[in-house]
Amino acid sequence: MGTIEEAVRGFLWQFISDQEVEGDHDLFGSGMVNSLFAMQLVLFVEKQYGITVANEDLDYENFKSVNAIVAFIQSKQ
Amino acid sequence: MDFDLTAEQRTAQAGFRQWVEQHVVPVADANDNREQTPPDLIAKLAAPGYLGALVAKEYGGEGMDALTWGLLCEEVGRGSASLLSLLTVHGMVIQSIAKWGTAAQRARWLPVLATGETIGAFGLTEPNVGSDAKSIQSIAVAQPDGSYVLNAEKRWISFGASANLILVIAKVNEKPTGFLVERNMPGFSSEPIYGMLGFRSANIARLIMRDVIIPPENLVGKVGFGFSHIAGTALDHGRYCVGWGCVGLAQAALDASLSYSGERYQFDVTLNKHQLIQEMLAEMIVNVKAARMLNYHSAFLKDRGDPSLIMETSMAKYFASRVAAQVTNAAVQIHGANGCSSDYPVQRYYRDAKIMEIIEGSNQMQQIIIAKSGYQQHLVAKRAARRSSAIEGEGK
Ligand SMILES: Cc1cc2nc3c(=O)[nH]c(=O)nc-3n(C[C@H](O)[C@H](O)[C@H](O)COP(=O)(O)OP(=O)(O)OC[C@H]3O[C@@H](n4cnc5c(N)ncnc54)[C@H](O)[C@@H]3O)c2cc1C
Repeated sequence: MGTIEEAVRGFLWQFISDQEVEGDHDLFGSGMVNSLFAMQLVLFVEKQYGITVANEDLDYENFKSVNAIVAFIQSKQ
Repeated sequence: MDFDLTAEQRTAQAGFRQWVEQHVVPVADANDNREQTPPDLIAKLAAPGYLGALVAKEYGGEGMDALTWGLLCEEVGRGSASLLSLLTVHGMVIQSIAKWGTAAQRARWLPVLATGETIGAFGLTEPNVGSDAKSIQSIAVAQPDGSYVLNAEKRWISFGASANLILVIAKVNEKPTGFLVERNMPGFSSEPIYGMLGFRSANIARLIMRDVIIPPENLVGKVGFGFSHIAGTALDHGRYCVGWGCVGLAQAALDASLSYSGERYQFDVTLNKHQLIQEMLAEMIVNVKAARMLNYHSAFLKDRGDPSLIMETSMAKYFASRVAAQVTNAAVQIHGANGCSSDYPVQRYYRDAKIMEIIEGSNQMQQIIIAKSGYQQHLVAKRAARRSSAIEGEGK
């Protein structure tokens, strides 16, 4: 079993291919990913970690970078 | 891999088919001519729970699984693409509220959407903005008391002429945001649009919102998430529903063609004895099957909540709408002049199929995202191959 960060990066690679990203790089602000990514990220987090992303989680701070996504998953577990 | 429907799904499918034969097929052409879906047909759709198919049981809905819902969309699409579009847009509102609404919004709206007491519609497109949806010009301004003042104009809104709850996407300080707009809110009005090529009985309208005061409890999700998450959820649902509906529409055209070509004589034999007609029929049969399989696949992924369902649904909608356009075109050809007349429904199928290539993200938009995603997958595969050969190298 890899870490949450490895899993998130593994998922992200499907969208950004060979680009390297720093842990706190702003994924959406930099235009690296498109809006379809947002819903796929929600599904990934839900399926992989058995958590539900809902209204109260709609905060840009939860999704904007690899570190943010990892922290969000940890906070929901 | 199991392609069989469960016993419950088979029973449900037979029920949908029978319902469509009884209530939709006999009136579909007349409604198309009249350019209206009458309220009594909407009430009939609500009676067996079809409008609440996607609403969880705890809110009074059917809580249907994705595949059973797909089968319903296929059958309704077989009867009338316009009526299918009601299931589509009503479901888009349901899904957005179910996923992103607050507990209070779910409790208030899902039960009445399930019974059809409230009919939902989806307002994204504007006179100047279609495919480039991020550039919408509708504006909502936040007020000190937490409400918003909405000024918006939306166009081509299916069931916009009759729906009483419209999920409208507008910008708050440049940030896309979803709002539930109620028909009885002061400043809201709608104008029916007539003379469309297809979806003629989809009660299409232009919606005008002038200084409509939207209370804070009608904000869906959060400011800034209206496009990526709210419309994202709605449109994924819309593509899924339309993908299945296209299979139904194509199946209707195929059935009509099989029937007609087996009865009509030219050159002393029925049309289906002519090899050029057989070629058309073979293409139709195989393409309808292929489109159905893609939809089965996205149903499978949807029931598992797999992230790849977003792209697979886009592909299923893209392919199925192209198939619907090709198959309905061939159906008119096989029917000759009869196919061009109002005596046969194939001309309606043909007109409706063209719409399917434009709505829920036009097929050019689908091609762009499918091609991009395909290239990303290619890079991922290449990277994985590089890694595994590096690991093998280390092992030597
Ligand atoms: C019957 C019907 C019902 C509808 N119902 C609804 C509804 O309920 N709610 C709603 O919000 N909208 C609805 N729509 C609107 C529909 O979603 C839009 O028509 C669709 O998104 C395309 O936008 P457009 O018509 O403005 O075309 P445009 O965006 O102006 O595009 C015109 C053409 O250019 C192509 N094009 C645009 N950009 C590109 C590009 N970058 N590269 C290549 N080609 C491109 C398009 O594919 C299209 O073929 C409906 C439309 C119809 C016809």
